[in-house]
Order: sequence, then structure tokens, then C-alpha cells
Amino acid sequence: MSRTSLDLWVGFFVAVGLGALLFLALKVGNLASSSSGDTYAIQAKFDNIGGLKVRGAVKSAGVVVGRVAEITFDPEAYLAVVTIKVDARYKFPRDTFATINTSGLLGEQYIGFEVGGDTEMLKAGDTIKKTQSAVVLEKLISQFMFNKAAENGDKTAGNGDKK
Amino acid sequence: MDNNLTRALRGLGQQFTSRIWRLGYASRFFLALLLHSGTALRRVHLTIREIYFTGVLSLIIILVSGLFVGMVLGLQGYDTLARYGSTEALGVLVSLSLVRELGPVVAALLFASRAGSAITAEIGMMKATEQLSAMEMMAVDPIARVVAPRFWGGVISMPLLAALFSAMGIFGGYLVGVQLIGVDEGSFWSQMQAAVDFREDIVNGVIKSFVFGIIVSWVAVFEGYDAEPTAEGVSGATTRTVVTSSLAILAADFILTAFMFTGT
Repeated sequence: MSRTSLDLWVGFFVAVGLGALLFLALKVGNLASSSSGDTYAIQAKFDNIGGLKVRGAVKSAGVVVGRVAEITFDPEAYLAVVTIKVDARYKFPRDTFATINTSGLLGEQYIGFEVGGDTEMLKAGDTIKKTQSAVVLEKLISQFMFNKAAENGDKTAGNGDKK
Repeated sequence: MDNNLTRALRGLGQQFTSRIWRLGYASRFFLALLLHSGTALRRVHLTIREIYFTGVLSLIIILVSGLFVGMVLGLQGYDTLARYGSTEALGVLVSLSLVRELGPVVAALLFASRAGSAITAEIGMMKATEQLSAMEMMAVDPIARVVAPRFWGGVISMPLLAALFSAMGIFGGYLVGVQLIGVDEGSFWSQMQAAVDFREDIVNGVIKSFVFGIIVSWVAVFEGYDAEPTAEGVSGATTRTVVTSSLAILAADFILTAFMFTGT
């Protein structure tokens, strides 16, 4: 079997195609960053996780330090249990405060770590004690409207008293 | 009148039965094709020759259409995203729509009309000029010698073409979005990388294009092999290849998408 110019073209085609796949995997996707390094799992319980999703980011000081691995429901305490895989390079104090934040007004939700002052560090399998639930925008708006309405009601009631 | 009705019903029934018949024949043909693939894969140069005809010669149309589809996505996406003040998400929009849907589907449709029709016409003409029967006379199995290499050439080329289409499209979106309109380059790439998942999006896209490659190549070789050995028969078979494989691609795309991207 001798080499022909056909082989050259087919080789070129296959190389370019594999190159495109590599480009998709590395430059477009996040293969390089997602699968690297060891992680350890910790848990956090929230009253309400809002729109948090599996594979959502976990950030501390704005830097991604881990990912949400699993979200389950605790049927006894009626709480959401979020399992977080934290990058093994980073250690956090035991009294770290986990909050659910929203990036931008309508962006996706992520867990933020606010670091405490404890000298002991969180280990794999630990549960974060202090958490703050997601802010539900609808609740906030309805609370605001309710307060406004109550204020107006007070005013009219006050006027009635004066007369 | 009664006679007309029975004739119409009979015609309908016959058409239905012949469709089912054809489907059964096509399935048996597919099995025979797989059984004879060993020879095609052992004699690699046959398959390489077919990769040249189906893959390499489709490169230009795939690259150019990928570029233009990406550029259109960039323009349209920017227009829509600007209304919500989130134009930095342009990269996410362009890359996800290309990698998940447009890349595999449009590349497969182009592939069906560029390469699938050529395969059908070639095999159909071989049949019409009795080359296939001549091979059988010489104890050469036409399925192993002619059909299987074309099938595998198509199956191998398709995922590579779809990946090239997606990559080219993203480049087109980058050209329009970043270079022409002026979306911030950093957020274009970084938001894309944050949103596109390797396993969820890219691997699923490759699986899709692989399945489409099997569908298009199967339909093309079967229509060619089953074509009536006349000029009209070959032209009819070529048309049927494009129509059937396009419909099958879209239907399979729906099913695959329902499995891959629901929930979570």
C-alpha cells in the first residue's frame, strides 16, 4: 500500500476535525478547569435555596472555590441539604457563613462563603452551621407593597381620628 | 362507486404495506452492512478513499455555512440580548446554540444534501450499469466492497464536520460580536467557558452528530442499493435520500434532545 495525495487530504481533514473538537473542549467548554484537582465535600442546610442548581458556583471573595455537587431535601427538618465540593487547596474556618446570592439582578444564583474567625478548619463531611437563604424577589416586593399599604392605611386611619 | 372506494382503500393499504416492507428490507440491509463491515475496516484504504469523497470535499460548504450561521447568531443574539442589557452573554448564546443544536443538525442536513445524495447517485449508477451484478459474478460481495466503506466513511466524517461547523460558527460569532459590534472580549470567552459543560454539552453534541452520521449514511447507501436501475430510478432515489434523511435527522434530534437536555 503506497501513500497517495488522498491520504494527505484525509489526514488533514481528520487533524482539523480533531483540532476543532479540542478547541470546543478547551476553549469553549471548561474541561481544563472543571476536572482538575482534589475536592472535599461539606454540607450546608438552607431554609430556601431559591434557584440554586447542581454545578452552581461556590465563591469566596468573588473567586470560585468549589461547586454544588448535590441538592437533597431533609424530610425531618424540612430543609434543603446542599452538598458542596470545595477545592482541596482552600481551607475555611468552622464558623464560615454560607449565603445564597444572585449575580446581578436576574443572574444565576451561587453560594457565597463569608469567612469567620475560628481557628479550626472545616473538614470533609462537616456541616456549615450558619447559613442564609436565598432572597426571593417576589417575597421582597410583596413585603414592600404590604408595608406601603399598611403605611397608607395608618395615614387614613389617623386622619379619621382627627376628624 | 363502491368499486372506487374499495380500490382507494386497497391502494392505501398496499402503500402502507410496501412502506413497512421497505423498512424491514432496510433493517436487514443494515444488519448485513454491519456484518460485512469487518472487510471494510480491514482494508482501510477503501474507507479512507470514501472519507475523502464525503468528508474532505464537504469541508468548504461546512466551513463557509458554519461561519455565516455563527455571524447571523452573533447579530441576532446581540439584538435580543441588548434589550435585557446582558450583551456579555452573547458568547454563551452563540456557543450553546451551536454546540447543542445547530452544529450537529445543520451540518447533518448539509452533509445529507452534499455527500448523501452523491453516495446514492454513485451506488445507484453502479447498479444501473450492472457493475454490482458484475461484482457478484466475480464472487466479490458488493455490500462489503462498495457499500460498507461508504457507510463508514460517512459515519467517521460526520462528527468531525459537525465539530468544525460549531468551531467555525463560534469564530463567526466572535468576529461579529467582539470585532464588529464591540462586546467585551474577556466576558465573551469567560462566560462561554463558565456556561458550556464538557460532558453535558460538547459530548452530547458529538453523540448527536455521530447518530446523524449513521442515519444519513444508512439512508444514502440503502437508497442507492435499492434504486431502480434506470436513470429515473436513480434520480428518484437521490431525492428520497435527501428528503428521508433530513426528516429522520430532525425527528432523531427531537428524541435525543428530549433524553439529553431535560430537567436538572
